[in-house]
Amino acid sequence: MQNNLLSGLKEHENKLLTIWSQILQETGGGDGAMEEEESKEFASLFTSALAKSDVSYENSEEFEKVEDLIVGIASSRGKRGFSPRENAQYLISFKQAASQILSEIIKNPSEFYDASLKLNEILDNMTIMTFEAYMKGREDIISRQVDEISEISTPVITVWDGIVALPIIGTLDSSRTQIVMENLLQQIVDTGSSIAILDISGVPAVDSLVAQHLIKTVSATRLMGAECIISGIRPEIAQTVVHLGIDLTGILTKASLASALRTAFDMLQLQVVKRKVIG
Amino acid sequence: MTTITNNREEALIIKEQDVVPLRNRVKEYGVKIGMSILNQTKLITATSELVRNLLKYGGGGKVIIESVSNGRDNGVRVTFIDNGPGIADITLAMKDGYSTGKSLGLGLPGTKRLVNEFDIKSELGNGTTVTITKWKNG
Ligand SMILES: Nc1ncnc2c1ncn2[C@@H]1O[C@H](COP(=O)(O)OP(=O)(O)O)[C@@H](O)[C@H]1O
Ligand SMILES: [Mg+2]
Repeated sequence: MQNNLLSGLKEHENKLLTIWSQILQETGGGDGAMEEEESKEFASLFTSALAKSDVSYENSEEFEKVEDLIVGIASSRGKRGFSPRENAQYLISFKQAASQILSEIIKNPSEFYDASLKLNEILDNMTIMTFEAYMKGREDIISRQVDEISEISTPVITVWDGIVALPIIGTLDSSRTQIVMENLLQQIVDTGSSIAILDISGVPAVDSLVAQHLIKTVSATRLMGAECIISGIRPEIAQTVVHLGIDLTGILTKASLASALRTAFDMLQLQVVKRKVIG
Repeated sequence: MTTITNNREEALIIKEQDVVPLRNRVKEYGVKIGMSILNQTKLITATSELVRNLLKYGGGGKVIIESVSNGRDNGVRVTFIDNGPGIADITLAMKDGYSTGKSLGLGLPGTKRLVNEFDIKSELGNGTTVTITKWKNG
């Protein structure tokens, strides 16, 4: 019975679309051509599903397709920068448009009531799904950015044949140390380097945990047959480390990257000389 | 010698991601009273040690940051409160190199050397409270 009532929407699909896009424009939830395509597809699939399904909406194959579509749309809208409000507005506007048409095509009040109830139920359920999809879309962005940040924040640079340098910027927590260490060791192998410079100019504080991580990284580098120099130790960091009681005596430390490089050149028996200007 | 609190705030610490924001807040307190870079670094390093202990051994807790003055000098006081298992032997825990967590064992004794005032209270089964004060000219 209700199926028949809601199936009437299919005939008025075009009108439904017009009203919907009007409401969307008024409420400011629209973004042009991309959305027009999406809306058209959704309206068409949704009204067809209503017309076809004769048993129950929830479990029909048609409705699964509609749900997949709306979840895809919501996730894409999330990535396109729509606000949560604008995202929710999308299906709410659709409901308003569909209700308006139902009120025009169903004259019997009790039938209209039943049809509205059913429509609400289906669309409210979909609204929840779109909200979840929207959040998921945003979370995807965040986790991608986290990956990107941890990648760009641990670049290993080949500064010279046989010398790699790794500037560390920010806090060295356990998970980052792991990435730093893996990157460094891999680069040592890939480039066949014998000296690694770990520059900590960009590390705001060296506490005993960070120190322990640094010491571990140095030991691992040595196990691979390479020497490790820690550079960029600012005066306040040096004093703090001493007061903390951290023993860095077994570790080659330098105040600046430049002096670490000089030491590295020495170790490789390289010499930088100023060219004589002839004439 | 009485100290007065000019400004105070609390922070809940429950995960590792809370460490850096807390450190930054403590640093802001130091900057506000014109603390030198060296003393700021000592203060945030001490904060870092104690907040890590609070997370690792105390299972998280509460941190109070205060801007204090004693008439002669201004300073920053930070209090770390957890309801964890507590410390059985404080004298032992304060020894350089003592650790039940396979780390360097320098957090408590090192922190004491970095600040001007250091107070630790702990009760088995009832948690640990550590209070540190770093004076601007200390
Ligand atoms: N908040 C705390 N609650 C319970 N035990 C603690 C707490 N802080 C420190 N401890 C104990 O004191 C020991 C020494 O702490 P610390 O000097 O910071 O060294 P580490 O953190 O390297 O172990 C710890 O190993 C732990 O057993
Ligand atoms: Mg510790």
